[in-house]
Amino acid sequence: MKPQSAFPLLLAIALAPMVQGIINRTKAIVAGRAGQPLMQPYLDLAKLLRKGAVYSETASWVFRTAPAVGLSAIICAGALIPFAAFPSLTHFGGDLVLLGYLLALGRFAIVLGALDTGSSFEGMGASREIAFAALAEAPLFLALAAIVRETGSLSLTPALGAVSINVWNHAAPSMCLTIGALLIVFLTENARIPVDDPTTHLELTMIHEVMVLDHSGPDFAIVQYSAALKMWFLGAIIVAIAVPWHVGNALADAACALAGIAALGIVTGLIEASMARLRLLRVPTLLLTAAMLSALAFVMVAK
Amino acid sequence: MSSSSPSFHAAEAIPLANVPELRMPEFRDAVVSSVNGGASLSALLGRQRDGRYLELLAVLANAATGRLSIVRTTADGAYPCLTLDCPQAHWFEREIAEQWGAIPEGHPWLKPIRFHALHRNGVVAEAPAPGVTNFFSMRGEEVHEVAVGPVHAGIIEPGHFRFQCHGERVFHLEIALGYQHRGVERALASGPDKRTIHLAETLCGDTTVGHTTAYCEALEALSDTQVPPAGQVLRGVALELERMANHCGDLGALAGDVGYLPSAAYFGRIRGDFLNLTAMLCGSRFGRGMIRPGGVGFGLARDRTAEFLKRLKDAFRDLSDAAVQLWDRPSVQARFEDTGPVSREDCIALGLVGPAARACGIERDVRRDFPSGIFRSVQIPVSKWDSGDVFARAWVRWLEIQRSETFVREQIASLPGGSELERPGPLRPNHLAVAMVEGWRGEICHVAITDSQGSFAHYKVVDPSFHNWMGLALAMRGQQISDFPLCNKSFNLSYCGHDL
Repeated sequence: MKPQSAFPLLLAIALAPMVQGIINRTKAIVAGRAGQPLMQPYLDLAKLLRKGAVYSETASWVFRTAPAVGLSAIICAGALIPFAAFPSLTHFGGDLVLLGYLLALGRFAIVLGALDTGSSFEGMGASREIAFAALAEAPLFLALAAIVRETGSLSLTPALGAVSINVWNHAAPSMCLTIGALLIVFLTENARIPVDDPTTHLELTMIHEVMVLDHSGPDFAIVQYSAALKMWFLGAIIVAIAVPWHVGNALADAACALAGIAALGIVTGLIEASMARLRLLRVPTLLLTAAMLSALAFVMVAK
Repeated sequence: MSSSSPSFHAAEAIPLANVPELRMPEFRDAVVSSVNGGASLSALLGRQRDGRYLELLAVLANAATGRLSIVRTTADGAYPCLTLDCPQAHWFEREIAEQWGAIPEGHPWLKPIRFHALHRNGVVAEAPAPGVTNFFSMRGEEVHEVAVGPVHAGIIEPGHFRFQCHGERVFHLEIALGYQHRGVERALASGPDKRTIHLAETLCGDTTVGHTTAYCEALEALSDTQVPPAGQVLRGVALELERMANHCGDLGALAGDVGYLPSAAYFGRIRGDFLNLTAMLCGSRFGRGMIRPGGVGFGLARDRTAEFLKRLKDAFRDLSDAAVQLWDRPSVQARFEDTGPVSREDCIALGLVGPAARACGIERDVRRDFPSGIFRSVQIPVSKWDSGDVFARAWVRWLEIQRSETFVREQIASLPGGSELERPGPLRPNHLAVAMVEGWRGEICHVAITDSQGSFAHYKVVDPSFHNWMGLALAMRGQQISDFPLCNKSFNLSYCGHDL
């Protein structure tokens, strides 16, 4: 393991909340508002860490450990994801399957914590989250399968590292389909419009937010931070496919990928600013569409 | 309509002795046959007479003739309920039972609506705990109950909502209110004195102009006061500005609820422009101090009308641009259409009012049906749509904004001169007056009864929300629970106006 292998994870830990800031700023500008500072998510985390936590009388240790388990799972998942030319902390054949299950483990912890409170809202949120996450797994794995098939590697670092201009030259359509599918997964997993509305304060319509209503103070900071990390890691996978230029200089490549992440934040902001949220019943259709896109991508590279 | 009951106009005082006192069966017949004949039950109230027995008064509004009629009877202890024959009475009968302890026998849904102690003298009773009642509930393996409020995640008024759900589907919603009950209606009854006008202004904070106009019209009717032309015009202008500001805010809130933030931001800002126009008239963005008995508290100087019209034009231009963006966005329309429909039949049976009724295709508008003040001479077309869903309620609001803008522009451009206020004299003793105003939420009805001294013996306020809360409950049947906030916003009912 080389020291530079820690770079992707450290970068994520430092910069993940910034993506949220970029999205919020983009939305504000489109709506004609000044918007909050880019660093606001960091300030929010700092504020939450200074507060005390309140626990419901009906909640057990499951509820208290949920944020920690969630954060650990997402950091482990992050250890599998490379950034630009920097390899991931660890990689081995089949690690992309582990990635899917680590994301699921983090979600499982939060969902258990939500159910542990006994609140009807949180149960509702948990059931929505699980239903949509289950549907989002198919496009995620199919999209990764398309990449694996194209690059011939079952590990994320070599597979994503092998996506080059050459790959784009002969498989551009399937790369585009993969990115489209992953973008929908990205929006779903990160509770963004059109699937969820991160700004709503209406208990009955929320998905992700309603699950974590009972967390407060440092616990809530951990939940929010885990969500930011998840967004960063999924974003890093999309950027690795969408920005295939390798100039040879690792730092230049990393700068390029960072610009890609910022662009993804702006694109997400523009999507949120240009459409309303889908009716809850229509979300499965969207995820099915994502699965079709990635299946098509897989078929096209498997020919 | 029984021929013995006199009919009269809104904002017209009649001697109390002219209101026929019927026996209970005749009273029931009069109300039921009149409602079946197309009239609406604008108010049904109980009042204690001579400190002893309970009198029920029904105000029936017949839109076809533009006239009102009143019947009354006595009811003590228990009486056969009207609700089974006239569903419009259901909420009123619950109110009367809660205030006076008269039990409407056979009422299918007899529960408190505000959770306060009995009003009746000599009856000592503890006020029930707020929100504690026998809620309708369902049993079954996969059926679950969701309770929301009275404390909500956002900064909104308190109300308690119980959903009976199967997964995401709502079978039934029950709404418990009363958390805002502050006894303002009873406080009005001691007037009119210095405080009364301020109480009227705060009956429902976002309908200050509507409720204060109704109060003043009742007072003017009882004191034979003629509001000067300039006062009438400015009252109408203030009422329509209030409508435009609130409808504009509602459209923004609807956009916010479906997650379409640009419209939410634009409408929110433009609402401020309309509020500022009201502030230009009277110094208060919510119209406090504008409407006064006998006219208006503030005129609009000639040299400021140009500025007023320019601001109105700018605000309306911005609003039109923002509206195009909202209506042209397919993802927004996909959320609005077919969400929370109320059928025309339910709407008529429940007696819904205001934009909620007009969105069910019912032409019902106090400004046309029972006009008072400026609306006797200037007509604003009634805006309606047929689909009864969230889209219809939003679209009707947009139509109304446009028509109100035309009205305000024309009225300010030809503002009559002369004084704006004619101070009312003492009230006629033993008279009754009913004032009807189309507030932005719908029909506002005030009933004032004077005693032998010319003070209020009884004062009744019916906010449009009083008629419409049940409409929201019906709109949610069979809907997705995640669409509740959107449905709720499309009605945007008042808690404090209901709870009084």
